[in-house]
Amino acid sequence: MSTGPMFDARALTVAFGRSRVLGLRAIDLTIATGETLGLVGESGSGKSTLARSLLRLNRASAGSIRFQGRDITRLQGTPLRALRRQLQMIFQDPFSSLNPRLSIGRAIAESLIIHGLARGSEIQERVAASLAMVGLPATLASRMPHEFSGGQRQRICIARALCCRPQFIACDEVLSALDVSLQGQMLDLLARLKHQLGLTYLFISHDLRVVQRISDRVAVMYLGRIVELAATAELYAHPAHPYTGALLAAIPTPDPLIERARRFVALPGELPSPARPPAGCAFHERCPKASARCRTELPPLADIAPGHKVACFHPN
Amino acid sequence: MSEPLLAVENLCVTFASEHGAHAAVSQVSFSLRAGEALGVVGESGSGKSLTMLSLLQLLPNGASAAATRAQLGERELLRLSRDQLNSVRGREIAIVFQDPLTALNPVLSIGRQITEVLRHHFNLEPAPARLRAVELLTRVGIPDPALRMNQYPHEFSGGMRQRVTIAMALAGAPKVLIADEPTTALDVTVQAQIVSLIADLLQQTGMGVIWVTHDLALLARIADRVLVMFAGRIMESATCEELFTRPQHPYTQSLLSTLREGRTATTGGEAPMVSHADPAPVGCPFAPRCAWVMDICRATVPVMTPAAHGGQVACWKVTR
Repeated sequence: MSTGPMFDARALTVAFGRSRVLGLRAIDLTIATGETLGLVGESGSGKSTLARSLLRLNRASAGSIRFQGRDITRLQGTPLRALRRQLQMIFQDPFSSLNPRLSIGRAIAESLIIHGLARGSEIQERVAASLAMVGLPATLASRMPHEFSGGQRQRICIARALCCRPQFIACDEVLSALDVSLQGQMLDLLARLKHQLGLTYLFISHDLRVVQRISDRVAVMYLGRIVELAATAELYAHPAHPYTGALLAAIPTPDPLIERARRFVALPGELPSPARPPAGCAFHERCPKASARCRTELPPLADIAPGHKVACFHPN
Repeated sequence: MSEPLLAVENLCVTFASEHGAHAAVSQVSFSLRAGEALGVVGESGSGKSLTMLSLLQLLPNGASAAATRAQLGERELLRLSRDQLNSVRGREIAIVFQDPLTALNPVLSIGRQITEVLRHHFNLEPAPARLRAVELLTRVGIPDPALRMNQYPHEFSGGMRQRVTIAMALAGAPKVLIADEPTTALDVTVQAQIVSLIADLLQQTGMGVIWVTHDLALLARIADRVLVMFAGRIMESATCEELFTRPQHPYTQSLLSTLREGRTATTGGEAPMVSHADPAPVGCPFAPRCAWVMDICRATVPVMTPAAHGGQVACWKVTR
């Protein structure tokens, strides 16, 4: 196993549409082999775009992506298809991500067939093994998606992602559609699978409590850029970017005394439109610490402590 | 103590099917006073939204509601005629839904949708209705309200759309506002904005708010009292502080420990799937997931009983 990073993205930029609206703006990011990198930010900040770009589901308009040392930015055809086996994604909505007309066994088997990884009875065995890994009996393989609850469907989606033995899984809001009591179980399951199978995760969520539980490091995104990146404990204890601070302050604490004592002030405004990004730091219009420099100059993502990067002229 | 605005006793919602009647909400009782924020927390399928919809007679086809009492002022909510309903909905009791995009009509301007409420309830002429609508948009924190009046829902962000539906709910100056997961589709930062907006409105207007959510932590910020629902029943009710510091019901305890420690303390499995084919459940609905389950829990449904924290709890372990 290589000791280098699993992913190494440099100046990764993604533009959409004829007007070339930037979804990602010069992202520099490495994901170490075996780590779980959490990705947080408001909707529209570019979390899913980043995951999809690493998986080559979006085309990079500039910059490069290396996977295990190999440049995959422009990979096409058979090599791209072979790469896809290594990289899987699980989505938010377990209802729309399963084909209602395929039995779940067939849905899970699909990737094995496409990649030619198994034949005949071996397919059934691999499907059964995948289902077992997520705690579902193999006898359910002939059932249709509508026969399952939301939590079970999400397990099926995980089984499908695991079936071709990937090295990397991007989990895009996989817990958001589930009830709180189920979220705990699902986090335990993902952590166990990672340990057993030596997986690397990119874990996207708008729920900072969930991200805190599962991630080794957390990256905070704002309008297509990473504005802060640090080890989980460091980020939650010492958020340096005012935006990270505001996000953390917005999470309700399950304690009425704390909630009432702190006279909460909500962050004003909303994420600006990526079609009309503000000059300078994209956050300056909402930022309590914004200065004249923030309105004109873009703060670079720079180290403020070992392993702690922030893109802000006035970090906390 | 002042009379409650809203008093509900033994509310039941049943779905009829070819397999017979199935109870989705059973024996729900609660009250709401003026200026009070009542939080209702539960997982999907716990009956929290059905309870609220039944009060407005908005239940889906095949569902029917019955109650010993569902009284708002002098009115019995479940016995209103169609005409009476039109003067109660929006005027006495208004609701804000989870998804503002489906709650708004995509082909009508925002202004038209708000003035419609004002003209219906107060017979306002177009010009004063428009003036009042601009006032309402200002009050819910929408910049450039006069300009925004002429725009359509797709031109608003999610948070701004939810502000519009709140403005519509306020248009009839209701006594009771039901907020059914109004921030679930929004980002935490926008959620925080909407929460402080509704808290301010509560103080200014003195209306009562029922805040329905699956996020117990959110209620710590806003609720005066909390009802915890599971499988169509109230499991526990208490003041917000008591519920968070001294939760009595094993289900409440497991919800809180999930929030605080990130672990599922006692609860294996999901909320029981509501299926028409299932026989009516016997015993406490939480029994299959409860770590302290006893024989009696599987045989007899516990009733709401006064508890040590001054609230009520439906649990054999606590009451015995």
